[in-house]
Amino acid sequence: MPELNTGDTAWVLASSALVLLMTPGLAFFYGGMVRSKNVLNMLMMSFICLAIVPVLWVLYGYSVSFDTDIANGLLGGLGKVGLSSVGLESVSGTIPEFAFVAFQLMFAIITVALISGAVADRAKFGTWALFVVLWVTIVYLPVAHWVFFFDEGNGGWIADRLGALDFAGGTAVHINAGAAALALAVVVGKRMGWRRDPMRPHNLPFVVLGAALLWFGWFGFNSGSAVSAGGLAAGAFINTAVATAAAILSWLLVEIVRDKHATTLGAASGAVAGLVAITPACAAVSPVGAIVVGFVAGILCSLAIGLKYRFGYDDSLDVVGVHLVGGLVGTLLIGLLATAAFTGGAEGLFYGGGMDQLRKQSIAAVTVMVYSFVVTYILGTILDKTVGFRVSQESEATGLDETAHLETAYEFGSASGVAVGHARQPAEDAEPVGTAASEEGVKA
Amino acid sequence: MKLVTAVIKPFKLDDVRSALETFGVQGMTVSEASGYGRQKGHTEVYRGAEYTVDLVPKLRLEVLVDDSDADDVVDVVAKSAQTGKIGDGKVWVTPVETVIRVRTGETGAEAL
Repeated sequence: MPELNTGDTAWVLASSALVLLMTPGLAFFYGGMVRSKNVLNMLMMSFICLAIVPVLWVLYGYSVSFDTDIANGLLGGLGKVGLSSVGLESVSGTIPEFAFVAFQLMFAIITVALISGAVADRAKFGTWALFVVLWVTIVYLPVAHWVFFFDEGNGGWIADRLGALDFAGGTAVHINAGAAALALAVVVGKRMGWRRDPMRPHNLPFVVLGAALLWFGWFGFNSGSAVSAGGLAAGAFINTAVATAAAILSWLLVEIVRDKHATTLGAASGAVAGLVAITPACAAVSPVGAIVVGFVAGILCSLAIGLKYRFGYDDSLDVVGVHLVGGLVGTLLIGLLATAAFTGGAEGLFYGGGMDQLRKQSIAAVTVMVYSFVVTYILGTILDKTVGFRVSQESEATGLDETAHLETAYEFGSASGVAVGHARQPAEDAEPVGTAASEEGVKA
Repeated sequence: MKLVTAVIKPFKLDDVRSALETFGVQGMTVSEASGYGRQKGHTEVYRGAEYTVDLVPKLRLEVLVDDSDADDVVDVVAKSAQTGKIGDGKVWVTPVETVIRVRTGETGAEAL
C-alpha cells in the first residue's frame, strides 16, 4: 500500500476548493445570461446544489459511487454510508480518503448544477431542488461509479473494465449533464415568448466573470484529477490552459466570419466549450493535441447552438450545445489523438493505435448519453405530472426573482428605492410618516 | 416663458451644454431617454441569435427660457447637436404658464 504523500494531499485539497468555486462561477455565467427578472433564481438554482449535494454525498452518495463494486462495475456498495468506515487514517492512493471524498463531492455538485441552464426562467424552485436530490441519486452516482471508480480491474465498468479514457469527466460530468439538459428542456417546454420576445443576456460582465471563475476552478477539476502533485497534474494543467485558449479563438473566428463581430458572450462561451472538451482528454493528448481539441470544440459548439432553433427545444443557456457537444468532442477525439507519452499506453488512431481506443470512447460516450437522457426524461416527466416542473404563466411573465424568492436583484434608482417603498416599522414604535407603514407599501 | 426640449445623441451633450452656457443659459435638466426616428434601431447577435434593438439611447435636454430667447436657444441647440448624420434628434418649443423657484418663491422670468 502506497504511503500518504503530503504534496499530493495538499494539491488535492487545494483542487477541491478550486472545483467548489466553479459552481458559484457557473451561477454567474448563467445568471448574467438570463433576463434581469430571473437572475436571483438562476443563481439560486446553482447555489441550492451547493447545499443539497454535500449532505447526500456524506449520507450515501460517496458510498454508492466509490465503495467496493457490487454489480459488475455498475454500482458501489453501502459500506461507506455516512462515511462510517472512513477515518482520519483512511488512505485512498497517496492521499487521505477524506480528501478524495471532498474532491469527488465537488464534481457531483457542479454536474447537476450545469443542467439548470436548460430550464432557466421557468422551473419551480422546489421541484428543481427535488430534482437535484433524485437526479444525483439515480443518474450521477452510478455514472460516477462507472467512470471514476478504479479498483484494479474490479472498479467501474467504463474506466476500469472497458478501458475508455475519461480523465476528469467528459462523460460522467459533461455528456451526462448535457444529455440530461436536453431531456429536461423537452419535458419542461419552451419559455413563453421564445423566439418572439428579445431575451438578451442582462449582464454580460457577469458572464465573463463566471467564465473566468470557471476557468480558474477548472485547473483543480482537470489537474487535480491526477490525484497527485507531479508530472501528470502539470501536463493536465498546461493542456487545460491551451485548449481553452484555442477554443476562444475558434469560437470568435466563427462569429467574425458569420456575424462580423467578435462578442464577449462568444469569448466566454468559447472558453467554457474548450474547458469541457479538454476535460476527458487533458491527460491523454499532447499540448499540441490539446490545441486541436480546443479548436475543434470552439467551432463545433458554436455551430451546435443553432440546433435548438432547428429542432425547436428551448435549451435556454445552451447546455446541450456546449456541454453535450463539447463533452462528445473531447471524449471522441481521445480516440484519435491519445498519445502514449501522456496515457502511458493507450494510443489513438492518429498515433498508430488503430480504431480500438475510438471504439471504447464511443461506447462510453453513447452509453452515458443514452442512460442520462432516458432516465432524466422519465424522472422529469414524473415530477412534472406530480408536483409540476413549471411555474404559472403569471409567475413566468413577472419573473422568478419576485414570484419564487420575493426579492429584487437590482436597485438602480438614484433615490435608493425611496420612491418605490419604505421600511416596515416594528409595531410598538411605529410612527406614521407620510403614509402609514402598510404591507402594501412594502410590497410596492 | 417657453420650455425648449431637445432629444440629442448622448455624445453631443458636452457640445450642447457648453454652447448653451456661452449663450447664457444658467440651468437645464438632462435625462436618459430611448427611442427612434428615421434611423430605427440596430441588430445585435448573441450566440448566433439576432435581436433587433428598436430603441436607441438618447438624451433628453430641457431648458426653461424667456419668450424672447426661445428662438436663439433652439438655434444654439440645433447647431451644437448637429453631426449631419441620421439620428441627430429633434428640438421643440412648448409654452409654459408658470414657473416658481422653490427656494425663494419667485415666479415668472425671475425664477429662470
